[in-house]
Amino acid sequence: MYSKTVMDHFRNPRNVGVIEKADGIGEVGNPICGDMMTIYLDIEDNIIKDIKFQTFGCGSAIAVSSMLSEIARGKTLEEAKKITNKDVADALEGLPQNKLHCSNLGADALQMAIKDYENRKSGVAPIIPSMKDIHDHGSKDGQCYCPYCDIEIERDTTFCDACNSSLEEDH
Amino acid sequence: METINFDHISANPLLPEVKAAMIEAIESDYGNPSSHHKKGDQAAKALDVARQSVAALLNCTNPKEIVFTSGGTESINHAIKGVAMANASKGKHIITSNIEHNSVIKSLRRLKGQGYKVTSVSVDSYGRVNPDEIKNAITDETILVSIMHSNNEIGTIQPIAQIAEITRAKKIILHTDAVDSVGIIPMDVQALGADIVSFASNSFYGPTGVGGLYISRGTRIFPILDGGAQEGNKRAGAENMIGIIGMGVAAQIAAEKMDERTAHFKLLKDKLLRELPDYIDEYNFNGHMEESLPNLLSVSIKYIEGESVVLMLDDENVAASTRSACASGSLRSSHVLQSIGVDYADAQGTLLVSFGIDNTEDEIPKFLEALKRTVKTLRDISPLCRTSN
Repeated sequence: MYSKTVMDHFRNPRNVGVIEKADGIGEVGNPICGDMMTIYLDIEDNIIKDIKFQTFGCGSAIAVSSMLSEIARGKTLEEAKKITNKDVADALEGLPQNKLHCSNLGADALQMAIKDYENRKSGVAPIIPSMKDIHDHGSKDGQCYCPYCDIEIERDTTFCDACNSSLEEDH
Repeated sequence: METINFDHISANPLLPEVKAAMIEAIESDYGNPSSHHKKGDQAAKALDVARQSVAALLNCTNPKEIVFTSGGTESINHAIKGVAMANASKGKHIITSNIEHNSVIKSLRRLKGQGYKVTSVSVDSYGRVNPDEIKNAITDETILVSIMHSNNEIGTIQPIAQIAEITRAKKIILHTDAVDSVGIIPMDVQALGADIVSFASNSFYGPTGVGGLYISRGTRIFPILDGGAQEGNKRAGAENMIGIIGMGVAAQIAAEKMDERTAHFKLLKDKLLRELPDYIDEYNFNGHMEESLPNLLSVSIKYIEGESVVLMLDDENVAASTRSACASGSLRSSHVLQSIGVDYADAQGTLLVSFGIDNTEDEIPKFLEALKRTVKTLRDISPLCRTSN
């Protein structure tokens, strides 16, 4: 079901962990949707010197985080801002249609981490919630996406009007 | 290295005796049991033998009450849609539960579109239906109650006999989806009291693509496949001789070895329940501890996601199953876990272990070692684990 590259990054994820004094942190998703990703950046002279991630999610979510970290490492912030979901999915030699939303989480988390860095630099207080808050309130604040077309949808919906897909279990 | 197969709920291997009987059936080139010549008679005889074996497995004294189908899905569709169509003049109300299989859910959804009304009763935190709730849901319009015998995700067994007392008194047809019970735990349709019982051959080590229905004599039901007069006019289409013969042999062996198999499953399940705390922490078992299938165990492991667990266990040569949203390709975790009140996030880490007759006791510690490594690896990656550390 997954490409060799996806399975390699799932089995041996690169850059797993936390950067204690990170310059930027980005966190997207929530455990209710099945995926949650946190990206830590160490930035020096406008370059991503180190990047670490933590991910709760399926095989593709973990592989996406790993691949994203590889792509972003060493890039300037300007270059990193241009990394798209598609870049990550392509580098992984593709993802199954219903897993594409996982690659979006990756790019989103990176962009959020960069934004967090820029905010801190310009004196805006960091807006990263604590893990406790996310675990307790994720169901209210978290946003879910259609696994087929990636459009933003309500969590309890059973049908995606955008792509005409049933979101019920398929067993 | 040999794979430890703890995913029998997804597929069971064929018994060697079943394989041999099916190969013999292929080679003997059966005719059509409806034909009035020797070849047809030979096929009709083989069909009778299989029907008697299946009837015996259900303690059904009249083999004519057994109807062969193409499997559990067809059986369930037939039971629900067939009863709905045949009894529409009496009423259009059907009662079911919140934790049924999709074959039931989607059959009923189809009927809703045709003007039927469906009441779905809730279950308790162990996944049990309260018969009183069914009693209270019955109206003058109610024609069918469909409650599964055992649940395919958490293993909980329903009080079908108690429900049957209620439906009998009100002359309402009771169907039970017993796909995961028949051949696994003793099934006595006379004591059970359900009018219609759905089952599938692969659950008891027969081939896929074949299953059946017990339809109590006198039950008003239409066929859903129209055509020839096969199966006592209840299911048209030339019989799947090879599959049915395989199911017959599997049924006969299941009946003979029922006690032995149940004891074996219980041994494995008890061992796993007992030893799991030595290997991992922060998990919850789902389902009922006593009224439950002996061969199935559902456990929600905190801070990790089920598909990752299954993929990683596969690398350790262990086959298991999950019901997380991600694995199912839907956004939501299973409706069964939601109905018994499992936390959304915890449901994502649900692992389903299902034993088979080929499993051995020494596979349990090997599985647990692999699970321990998997859980550690995934929790090390998980951002949800930071609070727990």
